[in-house]
Amino acid sequence: MSKQEQHWEKTRGLLMITLAIWFVFSIGIFLFGAEMNEVTGPFGYPWTYWFTCQGSLGIFVILIFWFANRQEKIDEEFGFSEREDD
Amino acid sequence: MKGNFIDNLPKVYGIYTGGFLGFIIIMSICEQMGMTAKTIGICFVAFTVAIYAIIGYLSRTAQADAYYVAGRQVPTVFNGMATAADWMSGASFVAMAGGIYFKGYGYMALLVGWTGGYVLVASLLAPYLRKFGCYTVPDFIGTRYGGNLSRFLAVVVLTVASFTYVTAQINATGTIASVALDIPFQYAVYVGLVSILLCSMLGGMRGVTWTQVAQYIVLIIAYLLPVFWISNKMGAGFFPHFMLADEVARIGELEQQFGFVKNAAADLKTVPKGLAGITKAHSAVNATPWAFISLALAMMMGTASLPHVMMRYFTTPSVKAARKSVGWSLFFIFLLYSSAPMLATLSKLSLIDPTLSTGIIGKSIAEVQAIDWYQNWNQANLMFVSDFNGNGTLELNEFFMGGKAVVLATPEIAGLPYVISGLVAAGGMAAAMSTADGLILAIANAISHDVYYKIIDPKAETAKRLVVARVLLVVIGFAGATIAALEIQGILGSVIWAFDFAMSGLFFPLVLGVWWKRANKEGACAGMALGLLSGLGYLIWVRNGGSGFLGITQLTFGIFGSAVSLVAMVVVSLITSEPSAATQRMVDEVRVPSGKSILGKQH
Repeated sequence: MSKQEQHWEKTRGLLMITLAIWFVFSIGIFLFGAEMNEVTGPFGYPWTYWFTCQGSLGIFVILIFWFANRQEKIDEEFGFSEREDD
Repeated sequence: MKGNFIDNLPKVYGIYTGGFLGFIIIMSICEQMGMTAKTIGICFVAFTVAIYAIIGYLSRTAQADAYYVAGRQVPTVFNGMATAADWMSGASFVAMAGGIYFKGYGYMALLVGWTGGYVLVASLLAPYLRKFGCYTVPDFIGTRYGGNLSRFLAVVVLTVASFTYVTAQINATGTIASVALDIPFQYAVYVGLVSILLCSMLGGMRGVTWTQVAQYIVLIIAYLLPVFWISNKMGAGFFPHFMLADEVARIGELEQQFGFVKNAAADLKTVPKGLAGITKAHSAVNATPWAFISLALAMMMGTASLPHVMMRYFTTPSVKAARKSVGWSLFFIFLLYSSAPMLATLSKLSLIDPTLSTGIIGKSIAEVQAIDWYQNWNQANLMFVSDFNGNGTLELNEFFMGGKAVVLATPEIAGLPYVISGLVAAGGMAAAMSTADGLILAIANAISHDVYYKIIDPKAETAKRLVVARVLLVVIGFAGATIAALEIQGILGSVIWAFDFAMSGLFFPLVLGVWWKRANKEGACAGMALGLLSGLGYLIWVRNGGSGFLGITQLTFGIFGSAVSLVAMVVVSLITSEPSAATQRMVDEVRVPSGKSILGKQH
């Protein structure tokens, strides 16, 4: 397998993990919105309410930065990262 | 000189922010000295718009790559701010807190959708399109799939989606300008339009980038300052985001105590159009899982297909910077979005809690009608009370408010000085202007670059291309303003439609263009055309009394459109021949950050 294929395979793997986390916090948890809202969550807000106000939103921010760092590592590993003067 | 400017950005915008805060302080001193509310409003709007116009003028350019992609040298964090301003429209700023206030959980699907979409932008598209080196989104479609038809169809989808969106934004600038400057809406729309064009006419993307950063700073101060101030004033907590749990619970108690009394249809007829009462519980789950998820999903996929957002990531210096920049964009958006529910909570509690001095429920109708702010907002057609049951006391179901009033009127209701209301008007103006600028530019660039230069006259010189681009900018702006002046639909409805149109036609052709090598021209054309048409058809059907299926409403028709687009694209791609070896090599090239971009620096 060429370097490029390996790089793409790893990139695809990272995409799948990223999309899985994204799916859980944008869709998965809201399947149980009514049940989850009965329980008190962070800062005393009901769980579902907190996720829609802050939780999911904040997790997305962290997720993107985490994804960007991981992808940079993958690019470096296979020597595909950009030169600084690009 | 130019490199200098980029290095000095933190200093330049630091001074700008300081200057703006200074201006707020001067205005509050003027208010103490007796300046009228109206003059303060005019000063705020005029001062900020003048600054944007100056930035727009200073960023003028005669170079294609500066005009189309700001010279590809916008640093990560600043591009994040510009994207946040580009993204947060009049709907986010003025209407969002109101929507949460009235509709609660079901509406908050938009908060999740409008942020979750950035995960798709960062992981599926932005870095690859940046590597591609295109000027516009149709530029990518046209080069990846080849042929004028695919390019043209992409321009059509882009124009339909962006134009639906932009009329709403010009409408919003008009609304704010008409209130702040006290002129009729029909003229105010054009005042708004001229301010918008001042930012983008001379500098194109470069002008829009630097004004958007300035607009972000104004709008975020204008949104957060009142939220923190009101929270402290009410004693609700120093940091509202972490401290409003008691208030949320208290609203729940009050709702129980008052009950949601259903009004008779005849009574509701007397309520002015566009106003609503509190009919839904504040923090309870009031939508089925599918209703919530389908709306969130439509907004997420729409986010990843809207060209005015995507083209912001064409302006970063590198692929790496494009990825990080998406993260910063969402961070800056998060600052406002996470505050909107807090503002809705504070606003609602201060109105309905009888133990607070600002509370009006339980007071006598005559007493409420005598309150200054009630009279002001009643006159502006944004507030209404009526004694339906004739007991002389205001009940929860007898109080009505317009969605915009939550953001615009809450500072006044909570007893903040008028200078805050002026600031909020300036913030709303900034939010609507920045989005309108991004959208008009996206349409004008697509038509000037993709239709005029790439299809009609490939030999046109840069100077001529930029003249065409600017003429189109003005024409599209005026067309948008003319339609906005007709006031056909509300701000929020048309914004949501824009997302659905974009995802119907563009989501899969864009994503599969990078992630599926086998996707070819025929497939992409079928995907765009059938996706847009079926989405549009579904919308028209449901609007005309069609029952719809699978719970897909007129707000989520993009789910149907994009499903058709996906099937059409895959089926047609597979029954036609695979893309040429050159195209496949191009896709391989796009997938790695290093090396030259597919399209040259000047093209």
